[in-house]
Amino acid sequence: MAFFVARRLLYLVPVLIAVSLLTFLIASLLPGDLAYTILGDQATPENVAALRRDMGLDQPIWWRYLSWLGNVLQGDFGRSFRTGQTVLQAVAERLPVSIELMLLAQLGALAIGVPLAIICAARSGGPFDRFMTGTAFGMLSVPTFLSAILLIYFFAVELRWLPATGYVPFAEDPAGNLRFMVLPALTLALAEWPGIMRVLRSDMIATLQEDYIALAKAKGLKASRILFVHALKPSSLTLVTITGINIGRLIGGTVIVETIFALPGIGRLLIGAIYTRDLIILQGVVLLVGAGFVIVNFIVDLLYAVLDPRIRHGHA
Amino acid sequence: MATLELTIDEGVAAQPAKRGRRLGLLFWLAIGWMIFMFAVAILAPVLPLPSPTDMDMLERRAPFSMEHWLGTDGLGRDELSRLIHGARISLVVGLCAPIIGLTLGGALGMLAGYFRGRFESLVVGSMDVLLAFPPLILALAVTAFLGQSILNLTFILGVLGIPAFMRVARAATLTLARREFVIAAQALGATHARILLRELLPNVILPLFAFFLLAVAVTIVVEGALSFLGLGVPPPISSWGTMIGEGRESLDVAPGSPSCRRRRCSLPCFPSIWSATPCAR
Repeated sequence: MAFFVARRLLYLVPVLIAVSLLTFLIASLLPGDLAYTILGDQATPENVAALRRDMGLDQPIWWRYLSWLGNVLQGDFGRSFRTGQTVLQAVAERLPVSIELMLLAQLGALAIGVPLAIICAARSGGPFDRFMTGTAFGMLSVPTFLSAILLIYFFAVELRWLPATGYVPFAEDPAGNLRFMVLPALTLALAEWPGIMRVLRSDMIATLQEDYIALAKAKGLKASRILFVHALKPSSLTLVTITGINIGRLIGGTVIVETIFALPGIGRLLIGAIYTRDLIILQGVVLLVGAGFVIVNFIVDLLYAVLDPRIRHGHA
Repeated sequence: MATLELTIDEGVAAQPAKRGRRLGLLFWLAIGWMIFMFAVAILAPVLPLPSPTDMDMLERRAPFSMEHWLGTDGLGRDELSRLIHGARISLVVGLCAPIIGLTLGGALGMLAGYFRGRFESLVVGSMDVLLAFPPLILALAVTAFLGQSILNLTFILGVLGIPAFMRVARAATLTLARREFVIAAQALGATHARILLRELLPNVILPLFAFFLLAVAVTIVVEGALSFLGLGVPPPISSWGTMIGEGRESLDVAPGSPSCRRRRCSLPCFPSIWSATPCAR
């Protein structure tokens, strides 16, 4: 196990370096001069030259990358030239919102997907199973931005049960916070549950054909006990991997959902930075999100290896 | 990361074999709808439609009528016309971007799977870096810097598709390269180029094409998401994503119009995915 962790860690370092390089290159090589963007209509040649010197933009690119990377490793991601906030402050303020949203969405998706998968697997091939697989398939093709609007229309405009947009911090008003979070989380959950359900369903069907399930049946165990105790746990392995891979999609979905529901999360920060051309914030957020995603996937890989010994000794 | 994801690709590809037979009618409905969509999109300039960008300030948010079959939007532009012209954008981007992924990713994957060694580690490693970013975030960041245009959009979505195509092609090549007919060709003294193009390509192209159909559907949705956020196609042109975004703004003013618009916009996404999967057989 230690060997496995070490090998994965060794792989993590070059990937993280490449992620930082790619982020830096996107921000530096593409057209548009940072100095002109900052100065706006006050850009005279002298001002631009002075600012370029101050920011080190006149240095060669590899030197700029190395000094930027050095700063990043010391925790200095730079400072927004629009709001004066450091990248870390801006991210720290908004991260809890996004994480809460993603956690709630994942919980919601599991709450919808797992029971449905179990019911479908128990009567696989039956009418309910066929109906649900069809529905899951249809749901897969509904983009988040569409279901979000439908949910707003239904629950906020027509029924007036829930607020359409807005946010209260959890510490101030837990109940109000959850009220604001229901629709955004539900939107993401609606996009996520079909994947969960399909994977768990096919794994469960395979598990239910194992000999030990037949033995449990022969012993006269109750069907529900067989399903939930004997079959569910060994079937949930692939689910862990799916969760890791889905985080990328979930982050993308968060950007859209936060924009629609006006939640002050990372996604809104990113979109705002794009609209105001706040390159420093953009660079910092993309790097942090990319690195975070890599590390989460690393942890999921480890978790998977803990759960399934075959991976540890196999060809991973 | 690499190996784990491949198992899922196979799972996805293996499932629809059963469904294809069961959903026979749905499959043909989907194919028919797809053909209809393509025909309408291609014929858009010939069809007797009002211009998708002409505004009529007296007829803003008009309901359905003989003149405007699907009503008008917040600027008095004909919805049916915008929908059909939007289909052109969505379909062009949705088809061209995966073609970039298919050619580049397919070629890289086949070369990596055939020659193995250091080249393979390099290709797989660099693809892992591309995969290290959540796709939408990378697409957003790059469009923000490159500027909005259909060309840029297609290019970015195409590049983002390369890793997935590379994996499919590499996995297929890896298994095929050990088969007898390849070894026989090698024994006959065939060049690498000949083996790759004449022996391997016809076999690898099948799973690649199945994946291509899925990628088209996914690309249309991602393009929609980018346009919805206002970072896809530039304003006067319509795409399905832009239209849903515009519909959202007039939600409280004219609830009737956006709700129908949304339904229409969801229609094209459905069959494209539906038909893609049975084809994956």
